[in-house]
Amino acid sequence: MAILVIAEHDNSELKPATLNTVAAAAQMGGDLHVLVAGAGCQSVADAAAKIQGVSQVLLAEDACYEHQLAENISLLINELGKDYTHIVAAATTSAKNFMPRVAALLDVAQISEIIRVESADTFDRPIYAGNAIATVQSLDSIKVITVRTTGFDAAAAEGGSATVRAVSMLHNAATSAFVGAEIAKSDRPELTSAQVIISGGRGMGNGENFALIEKVADKLGAAVGASRAAVDAGFVPNDMQVGQTGKIVAPDLYIAVGISGAIQHLAGMKDSKVIVAINKDEEAPIFQVADYGLVADLFEAVPQLEQQL
Amino acid sequence: MKVLVTVKRVIDYNVKVRVKSDNSDVDLNNVKMAMNPFCEIAVEEAVRLKEAGIATEVVAVSLGSKVCQEQLRTALALGADRAILVESDEILESLTVAKLLQKVVDDEKPGLVIMGKQAIDTDNNQTGQMLGALTGFPQGAFASDVKVDGDKVQVIREVDGGLQTVSLTLPAIVTSDLRLNEPRYASLPNIMKAKKKPLDIKTPADLGVEVKSHTRLVKVSPPAERKAGIKVASVEALVDKLKNEAKVI
Repeated sequence: MAILVIAEHDNSELKPATLNTVAAAAQMGGDLHVLVAGAGCQSVADAAAKIQGVSQVLLAEDACYEHQLAENISLLINELGKDYTHIVAAATTSAKNFMPRVAALLDVAQISEIIRVESADTFDRPIYAGNAIATVQSLDSIKVITVRTTGFDAAAAEGGSATVRAVSMLHNAATSAFVGAEIAKSDRPELTSAQVIISGGRGMGNGENFALIEKVADKLGAAVGASRAAVDAGFVPNDMQVGQTGKIVAPDLYIAVGISGAIQHLAGMKDSKVIVAINKDEEAPIFQVADYGLVADLFEAVPQLEQQL
Repeated sequence: MKVLVTVKRVIDYNVKVRVKSDNSDVDLNNVKMAMNPFCEIAVEEAVRLKEAGIATEVVAVSLGSKVCQEQLRTALALGADRAILVESDEILESLTVAKLLQKVVDDEKPGLVIMGKQAIDTDNNQTGQMLGALTGFPQGAFASDVKVDGDKVQVIREVDGGLQTVSLTLPAIVTSDLRLNEPRYASLPNIMKAKKKPLDIKTPADLGVEVKSHTRLVKVSPPAERKAGIKVASVEALVDKLKNEAKVI
C-alpha cells in the first residue's frame, strides 16, 4: 500500500510546503507517491521526483487543472486515491479548498491540519485556535489528511530519483471557471516559508509606517507580516495576516513590532524558534511568549535596529 | 432565488477554553455559547442579498441539540425568514453534517448556500467543501466578495499570496472569510419579531441519514507552554543577543 502526497505548485515551481508534507507522510509508513496536477507543469514533476523518499510521481496535465479548481481536482484525486491508504496535502488555501471534497467523494473524514503523526492512523491537531491539542484516530480505510507544514521539518529536495508517470484522467466538472488572480508581487520571501519574519500590529499607527519594518526586512531578508488588528484597521492587506485566521508561521526568528499579542495572533506564530517583541506597553501579553522583549517606542527602536543590522 | 445559510453553535470567541483534567475534551460546562463568527458573516451576506432584491427568501439551518434553537433565533433576528433545526444529541462530524445538509438542500432547492469557512471550536474548515462534493455544486471557499449575476455567481477568494476570482454556475456554495462583510447587531424589535418566525425541527432519521463516526477522539491536551524570556534594555543589547546568543542573524 502507498501514500499519495498532493504537490503544491504554481505550474512552474514546486512549493516548499510539499517538502514538509512529504516528511509528514513518511512518518505514516508506506511507499510515497506524489501527484502533480496542473497544466504545463513537467518541471514541477521533475522537481518532485528528486525529493528524498519519493518513489513515484504521477503527472496529470490538462487545462482544467491549471488553476487547481476544487471541483475538477477533487474528482481526479477521488479516482486516483482509491488505491492509497493515505492522501496527504499541505494545509494551504489551495488544498484546504479541494481536500474536503476528496474526503466526501470517498465517504471518509478529513483530518485537518495535523501537527504530529502518532501512528499510521492517529494524529495530533490543534483545536480552539491552538488552545488545545486533539489526538484523533481515523476509523476510515483511506485517511484524507492536511498537514500544518510548520509542524514538520522539510524533506530533502534533492537525492531522490522517482519515476514520473503521466496519468491521463480528465475530470472537468465544468461548473466553475477561473476569472483572474491578484497575487501580490514581492521580492521578499513568502510568509509561510521565510526564515525570518518581522510583523507589525496596531501600534504601527498606519500603513505608511510599515515602511519602517520593511527596511529592517530588507536587511534581514525577512518576510513582512501583520496582526489581525493591523489588517482590520486597513493598514495592510489580509494576505499579510499572521494568526489563527491568517497564516500559521514558524520561522527561526519572529520579530513582533507594536503587537499586543492577542490569543489569535499567538496561535499563528508561537511555534517560532526565537521570538522578539518590541512594544511600549510593558504589560503587553506578547512579552509572555517573547524570548527577547524590548520595552520601547517602536518609532525610535525600529530605525535604530535597521541601522545596527 | 432562495438562499440557505448555516449556523453553528460554538463557544463564545471571547472565552478562553480549558482542557478537562481527565484530558477527555475541553470543558464546556457553564461556558458562554454563541453563533460561530464565520456563520455570522454568512448570515449577514444572505440578508444583504435579500435586501438587494437578489434573494427572495433566507432559510437558516443548524444541526445539533435543542439549544441550537438560540442561534437560529439569532439568525432570524438578523433577518433570516425561517429556520430549520436538524436535532440530534449525538456528535455530528463534518461529513455527517454535510450529508444532512445535502438532504436539506434536496428539499429546499436553494440557488445559493452560504456557510462559514470554519467553526472556531474544531477549526476543521471542511463542511462547505464536503457539501459541495455531495451535491455536485461548485464552491467559492474563503470568499471576500460575492456577486450574483444571472445564473452565475462571481466570488473573490482569499488565497495564499493574494486574491483569486472564480465564476460559478448556480446553484453554488460560498464559504465566508473574515472580510466578506461586517455583521450587524440584532435590534430589540427584530429579536421580538424573530420569536414568531417559523422554526421547523427535523431529525437525522427524518432525513434518512445515519449518524456515523469516522474518527475517535483519543484525548485532548493543553498546548505546550512557551516560557517568557528576558527583557533587554536597548536595541544594541537586542542585536547582540540575536547575534551571539540566539545566533539567528
